[in-house]
Amino acid sequence: MKYMILIYGNESKGINPGTPEFGAYMGGYQAATDVYRKDGVMVAGEALQPVVTATSLRVRKGRNETMDGPFAETKEQLGGFYILDCANLDDAIRYAAMIPDAATGTVEIRPIMSFD
Amino acid sequence: MTDRPDIGQSVAAIVRRDGGRLFAILISQLRNFALAEDCLQDAYASALAHWGKRGLPASPSAWLLQVARRKAIDRLRRATTAQAKEGELSHLLQLEADDTTQDENLAIPDERLKLIFTCCHPAIERQASVALTLRSLCGLTTEEIARAYLTSRETMAQRLVRAQQKIIRTKIPFEIPNETQWPERMDAVLSVIYLIFNEGYAATTLDYIRVDLCNEAIRLARLVWQLAPLESEVGGLLALLLLHRSRFQSRRSAASLFVPLEKQDRLLWDRELISEGTGLLEQVLRRGTAGPYQLQAAIAAIHCEAKSFATTDWQEISLIYDRLFNLNPNPVLALNRLAALSYVEDLSDTFKALLALETELVNYQPFYATKADLLARMGDVEAAITAYEKAMALTTQEAEKTFLQMKCNALKV
Repeated sequence: MKYMILIYGNESKGINPGTPEFGAYMGGYQAATDVYRKDGVMVAGEALQPVVTATSLRVRKGRNETMDGPFAETKEQLGGFYILDCANLDDAIRYAAMIPDAATGTVEIRPIMSFD
Repeated sequence: MTDRPDIGQSVAAIVRRDGGRLFAILISQLRNFALAEDCLQDAYASALAHWGKRGLPASPSAWLLQVARRKAIDRLRRATTAQAKEGELSHLLQLEADDTTQDENLAIPDERLKLIFTCCHPAIERQASVALTLRSLCGLTTEEIARAYLTSRETMAQRLVRAQQKIIRTKIPFEIPNETQWPERMDAVLSVIYLIFNEGYAATTLDYIRVDLCNEAIRLARLVWQLAPLESEVGGLLALLLLHRSRFQSRRSAASLFVPLEKQDRLLWDRELISEGTGLLEQVLRRGTAGPYQLQAAIAAIHCEAKSFATTDWQEISLIYDRLFNLNPNPVLALNRLAALSYVEDLSDTFKALLALETELVNYQPFYATKADLLARMGDVEAAITAYEKAMALTTQEAEKTFLQMKCNALKV
């Protein structure tokens, strides 16, 4: 079953590029991705630009209404995702626990709907 | 209708004894809670009809299992529209073909440990796990669980459906967790059993079904202990529940009021349960891996073995609280430790240490009850009454409030 792993963290408390902490942080992501590839569970995974770059769209009466944001006052923002193909929830939890942001933020694990 | 009126009772007894086990096997083969429940119900109905005419088969459980599986095939055949169902069906037909249960003495595998690990998965909300465990392993009906938790049948049914859907949709595995997951998963199982027990233990009335919840929790703890005898904490939890259960008769007065340990009639304590509990505790403590449940059971055992409240070994109890505190430092354990120490050490020293906990326990009723008790014992009646009033304001339980009021009134005369 495919699971989407949504990675939430606090952008304002992010680690700055160029610092040793940043190297360790990115290294953690590299290590996790390597495990996913090696175990053959990796379907996709990307990091997102910060929420200030977000655009929301609504189509109303056939017209596109776009808006800057949302910049909701939440403590944690969606910062990236993986899609992993795992045997069951326990496996998905095990892989998700390797994500560096799980130690400081929250990762949400959602099974992907199958329409077979 | 049955020709033999006692068949209904026989079926009920078999459901009670083997229901959880049969359900676990069906879940392992069908991977579908609702279908497993429905076809097991079908099998019970069929048993009433057949056994009424011909008497009990040689192995009633094997009979029920085979009929339930055939009912499942039947239900799937009628429901088959999607390809997914075909897969389930062919899997079942294969099982049926392989099955040599024509020989009714064939051993039925015990899948209940897998079932309890599934029902108590940490990804399921705790109250939903509680309901699902009572439904699947104890065979309680939705109505019975709803009544025990003082909620409507509809609410409970929804909670059960949500839990079952979470298992199926997120694919929570039906298996024994591996070594790395084992400790966390076992913790979740034990906390669900303890939650069930506490719901009954903290009951404000003597409603039988809630006492029944304590018995169900003990039954579950016995089951897990039987299935995982190397887990010392399971033995510890079972011992703790047995020791708490032993004092049940003395915790309520004739007027259904809460009776504190101090005032309990120790002759009412169930000696058989105490000796089973302490025997079991000694057995697991010898392994030298004392966790929180074993330590709590050790405290309960000291209380159970003391001849009176005054001769209780408070020193030993405070030492065990030290160990519990080291495992999981929190102000509630610190409070309990001080309450024990207050019987052996200088009262005013203990009281000073108690005050240091106030900021952390500012909304915790037992803090003010303990504070009041210490103040009263030090002779400061006025301050004690104020503390009791604070404690009463923080409790929502009628029995507790009445008890605190009585203690408070006793100071005023």
